[in-house]
Amino acid sequence: MQHEVQQVREEILEALKEVKDPEIPSVSVVELGMFYDAQIEDGQVIVIKMLPTFTGCPALDIISRDIRLAVQSKISWAEEVKVEFVFDENWTTERISEEGRQNLKEYGIAPPPVKHKEGDPWHVDCPYCGSTYTTMENIFGPAACRSILYCRSCKNPFEAMKPVSNI
Amino acid sequence: MSIKSAGEITDQAYKQVLAELLYQLGDDDFVLSFRGSEWLGLCPHIEEDVAFSSITQNTMGHATMYYKLLEELGEGTADELAHARPKEERKNAVILEEKNGEGGYMDEPRYDWAFTVVRNYFYEAAKKVRIDSLKQSSYSPLANVAKSIGREQYFHLKHWEVWFTQLLSSTPEAAERMNIQVERVWQDFGDVLSLGPSGEKMAEFELIGDEKTLTEQWLKQVGSAFKAAGAVMPEGAPGAVSGNGREGFHTEDLTQALDTLGEVYNLDRAAAW
Repeated sequence: MQHEVQQVREEILEALKEVKDPEIPSVSVVELGMFYDAQIEDGQVIVIKMLPTFTGCPALDIISRDIRLAVQSKISWAEEVKVEFVFDENWTTERISEEGRQNLKEYGIAPPPVKHKEGDPWHVDCPYCGSTYTTMENIFGPAACRSILYCRSCKNPFEAMKPVSNI
Repeated sequence: MSIKSAGEITDQAYKQVLAELLYQLGDDDFVLSFRGSEWLGLCPHIEEDVAFSSITQNTMGHATMYYKLLEELGEGTADELAHARPKEERKNAVILEEKNGEGGYMDEPRYDWAFTVVRNYFYEAAKKVRIDSLKQSSYSPLANVAKSIGREQYFHLKHWEVWFTQLLSSTPEAAERMNIQVERVWQDFGDVLSLGPSGEKMAEFELIGDEKTLTEQWLKQVGSAFKAAGAVMPEGAPGAVSGNGREGFHTEDLTQALDTLGEVYNLDRAAAW
């Protein structure tokens, strides 16, 4: 039996919603805007194309494995699930959905500004108390995508996702 | 001219010159990120430790992307290209393979922070010039990769620029140490700015801009940092006194880097990870 990509696209997206970034377990790869395209080869093989966030991100291999497992268990007819990271389009932080932004905040990570251009000042509000009275401690944080900040109002250190735009 | 994928390449000369360029780009990032990893736990302060290791991790990711493009050209897998190529086949610039200073990571590292700051700032400035040029490359997969790297590299350049200008305009001792390293790195940095024996062909095929223009842009970029620090930039173009890495010349320092990096890989090359 041949399967068409349009029919299964919804199913694939449903499966991908269960796949989280292991370093930000509250946000799915769909909410992060990493899903790019899906194709079906020979009617039985699903090829999922994803946009990598940061190139040196060590989580990419884990994400790739989790996607294969999630899609395979959801779509039983698939003989094989392949995951490819592509660069046809650049991932930017604008691709993060509104839901994704909310979930980032819940995890204690301030979401990146919605519209950001190279050289723009980057102002971050505290994800806990909403105060604008914050300072940048280190632009490089514990993961490639995050910076370390400090809230002078509620005295909490927090992290923020770096704005990434097409430069 | 625009070539969309490896499969579209029909001209063998184009393919060969493209591979040559990718080896230079990949090997430069690869070996310098190894030197960066050797600073882990030894940086001047903990915030720098976090920042430098993050930059280093990204840079290793950039090397992987270039090796993947080589993989698509049929040059071997990215792992093999990173670990299994002998020293003579490496195309990185010699200044990038040099040890961080005296001693070793496992044996009393007495590394030189000024050397690291100067080498990394000069390198990131050169990388920025190259990346900007590569965004217009006739080989679309390379242009796409350049755009992706450029977004991250912006932060790297800023980071080293801050260290460079601040230390250069700091205490007399800091300025003196920096100036010694500026002189040292300058006399070998021509190797980084070189596109090697196939440089003219690379420009002809519109893979990257010509070496002369790129060098001028680099001089302009670092010149403004020297000016901001109130310091004097060395005169004349940078040299390559330790030899030309683009032609396969390398030092014992690269042997040490490759032996350390490949230690686990070489225990069992067929192991699954």
